[in-house]
Amino acid sequence: MPKTKKVKSTITENGETREVEIEVPDVEVSWGKREDRKNVGSRMTRVDGADKVTGRAKYTYDIDLPGMLWGRILRSPHAKARITAIDLEPAKRMPGVKAAMTLKEAGATVRFAGDEVAAIAAVSPEVAEDAVRAIRVTYEPLPFVVKEDAARAPDAPRVLGNDRPNVEPGRARSEGDVNKAFAEAAAVVEAEYRAQARLHACLETHGHVVARQEDGGIKVWASTQAVHGTADEFAAIAGIPKDKVEVVCQHMGGGFGAKFGPGAEGRAAYELAKLAGAPVKLMLQRREESEAAGNAPSAIMKVKIAGAKDGTITGIEASGYGTGGIGGAGVPFPYIYKTGSQKVTQETVRTNIGPSNSMRAPGHPQASFLMESAVDELAYKLGLDPLELRMKNDPSALRQAEYKIGAERIGWKQHWNPTPGKGQGAKVRGVGVASATWGGGGGGGTQVDVKISRDGGVWVGVGTQDLGTGVRTFIAAIVADEFGLPREAVRPEVGSSKLGNSGGSGGSTTTPSVAPGVKMAAIQAKFDFLQALAKATNEPPDKVELLPGGVVTNGTKQLSWKEACKRLPVAGVSSRGTWVPELQQSGVGGVQFAHAEVDMETGRVRVLKIVCVQDCGIPMNKLTLESQMNGGMIQGLGFALTEDRIVDAQTGRLVNWNLDEYKLPGPWEMPVFEPIVYEYPEAKGVSGVAEPVVIPTASAIANAVYNACGARVRSLPLIPKHVLEAMGRVPGRESA
Amino acid sequence: MARITELDVNGSREKIDVDAERTLLSVLRDDLDLTGAKYGCGEARCGACVVLMDGRPVPACVTSAGSAAGAKITTVEGLEQDGQLHPLQEAFLEVGAMQCGYCTPGMIMAGVALLRDNPDPDEAEIVRTLEGNLCRCGAYPRIVAAVRRAAGMLRGGGAA
Repeated sequence: MPKTKKVKSTITENGETREVEIEVPDVEVSWGKREDRKNVGSRMTRVDGADKVTGRAKYTYDIDLPGMLWGRILRSPHAKARITAIDLEPAKRMPGVKAAMTLKEAGATVRFAGDEVAAIAAVSPEVAEDAVRAIRVTYEPLPFVVKEDAARAPDAPRVLGNDRPNVEPGRARSEGDVNKAFAEAAAVVEAEYRAQARLHACLETHGHVVARQEDGGIKVWASTQAVHGTADEFAAIAGIPKDKVEVVCQHMGGGFGAKFGPGAEGRAAYELAKLAGAPVKLMLQRREESEAAGNAPSAIMKVKIAGAKDGTITGIEASGYGTGGIGGAGVPFPYIYKTGSQKVTQETVRTNIGPSNSMRAPGHPQASFLMESAVDELAYKLGLDPLELRMKNDPSALRQAEYKIGAERIGWKQHWNPTPGKGQGAKVRGVGVASATWGGGGGGGTQVDVKISRDGGVWVGVGTQDLGTGVRTFIAAIVADEFGLPREAVRPEVGSSKLGNSGGSGGSTTTPSVAPGVKMAAIQAKFDFLQALAKATNEPPDKVELLPGGVVTNGTKQLSWKEACKRLPVAGVSSRGTWVPELQQSGVGGVQFAHAEVDMETGRVRVLKIVCVQDCGIPMNKLTLESQMNGGMIQGLGFALTEDRIVDAQTGRLVNWNLDEYKLPGPWEMPVFEPIVYEYPEAKGVSGVAEPVVIPTASAIANAVYNACGARVRSLPLIPKHVLEAMGRVPGRESA
Repeated sequence: MARITELDVNGSREKIDVDAERTLLSVLRDDLDLTGAKYGCGEARCGACVVLMDGRPVPACVTSAGSAAGAKITTVEGLEQDGQLHPLQEAFLEVGAMQCGYCTPGMIMAGVALLRDNPDPDEAEIVRTLEGNLCRCGAYPRIVAAVRRAAGMLRGGGAA
């Protein structure tokens, strides 16, 4: 029976986070040796898997309440217009319409096609749809601009209003003398690279079910990446304390960074529920999801990069811009590699398009394409192997090891063409490489509760959410390992703001925020359990011990887990654990290699294989981890080959809003994926890697395309048009 | 307007009273509380709503209740028999063929239909069949592996 000690932690109560000293059992706080971890780090099937394969898993879209109404939003068809009149009466008069409200008043300006104008709640989705169409709105269309290049022109229509310019300065960096670097360089590459805007395309759209409760509170089912953050926001919207709000998200159909708060649709659902005096379900339809619920900004950059004969990068000068619609844009730049001197300027360009939102490693995949393309070009111009040049300029020890593993797995020596484009035949092949960087650490404030009942059940509750990464499963694994119990004996509960605080699932912070809290709660629960058992059985505490397999030695007797639990007080044992920093770590690397084929006649690119080598500190569950790595590569493949959010300059409307026109990778486009988890003995904590695994895929593919065909495609996606332009086979930007 | 008063769903005759023009997806989800089939796009472009009609996979979001009347409809909720998961459900679990799980019911129903027609599909056949089913999380390699595994389980004669 260990003594206790004090450690530093943070707790969050009523939305306020503060540093505290907490008392914990005086045991070594660590993940222990790999061989001692029975569940953690193994390949575990999901504890919620059965719910998902049987259709029992309830998503927000699946919630149905007695007397529930259906909400719909009327949206602007114009990219920019002044609303001159709104008449809700025709909708209100329709049978089955229970509430109608304006979201903008006459005189207001809509700034993108899809901007919210009014909302309806009705007895069925069909009636709500008809009612939205019955609302009479008159608009005075205004000049608009949806292309970033056009929006930069001095006489372009002002997107945000006459007092705000379309172009605003963004992140800038300056260090050393770039002109000196260019003057002394052995080679200089200067080119413009373009990365397109994308859609999150979550299969489950944004939305909520809002139900007012008898105690004056509200219960909200939300498709959200942050149950606690969303509860804070709904409390503010409703003007009630947070403890009167419960936000629930048991399962959610994808977020990828776009689902962090109520948004306009959540506020509308709340107001409609209040107006109608009934619960309201308001889920976005696909078109509004694509037009209004977020996108990833474009990034266009002129890059000039200098290198010495030995491959050392000596300077980089870059000026870039991008558009996130009426929202922001920008990339981290320079990226990954040491550059000697640097001079970088960036601009956010506003356009009359729905606002951008964070999307899985915000700005990084774009930055990766801009940087890795330029670095690759520099290597070839210097007559060097681009892999060697990267290793020369990459400061990360983790990636140094990962390059070697990845090069071996992709067959760099066999497949890399020293002279790209000299292959025989209509189809040529080549390989490319690119890298990732991310934090991956967790944040304080996660509080985890454990309850051990007299029937032997172990319940673990924490107010995080499972986006599909497998949070419930690793929670069960950590607690099971601590108690020496089978995983099935532990019942994890997440997805409610009534559970202990935890942060939003963004920045790959969920696992490193939740896992340490769970581990601490398990340590505390074990301590409390043994103490309670000693007391209940009148044994000295040092005679009570928990052995592997859930066997309890109680003095001279051995008890099974169930027998021991029967002796607990009626209320069982309740314990709480709080996040501590030493069980997580930050600063992950990651590299990816691609093997690709280019059809010289059609310009079609086919990816044959992608290797992803990714460190994550101590892995929690390799089955779900490798799945997430595959998923990162597949989303990266979409960025590389097919995804491109297209807004028409004439109409100002999103052309490809549905899921076939906005071309997501399907099963047909799949190459061979090799996810390799790089484990190393110095790792002491857990890191999240949802984001780094999506960053370098497109860049590695683009570099493989060059290595195959000898034409540098400087615009994503790598569609035949862009490839043929790069080859000089059709006129276009690339050959201009 | 024509009304539909009965649907044969998962082996049981369900009494309803709905407009024949309503979508099968809406009737299954909102009237019969069978929420396994999902809304993804509303235009048969993502496969999240796939159910079986007389054994054939159909996108329920563009299938009218009227056209479904008289047919035997199977949803993901109807695959489990006597507490035993369908081999494809088992295989999805074992290989971890899902992340968020929103596409899973549609994927499974499309896969079940394929396995009924072809007990030993090769990878190309599986991929062709599932081409209309999208997974934004990117679980495709494992989904294909799960169908292969289920095919093996079915040929072996047992549910794993």
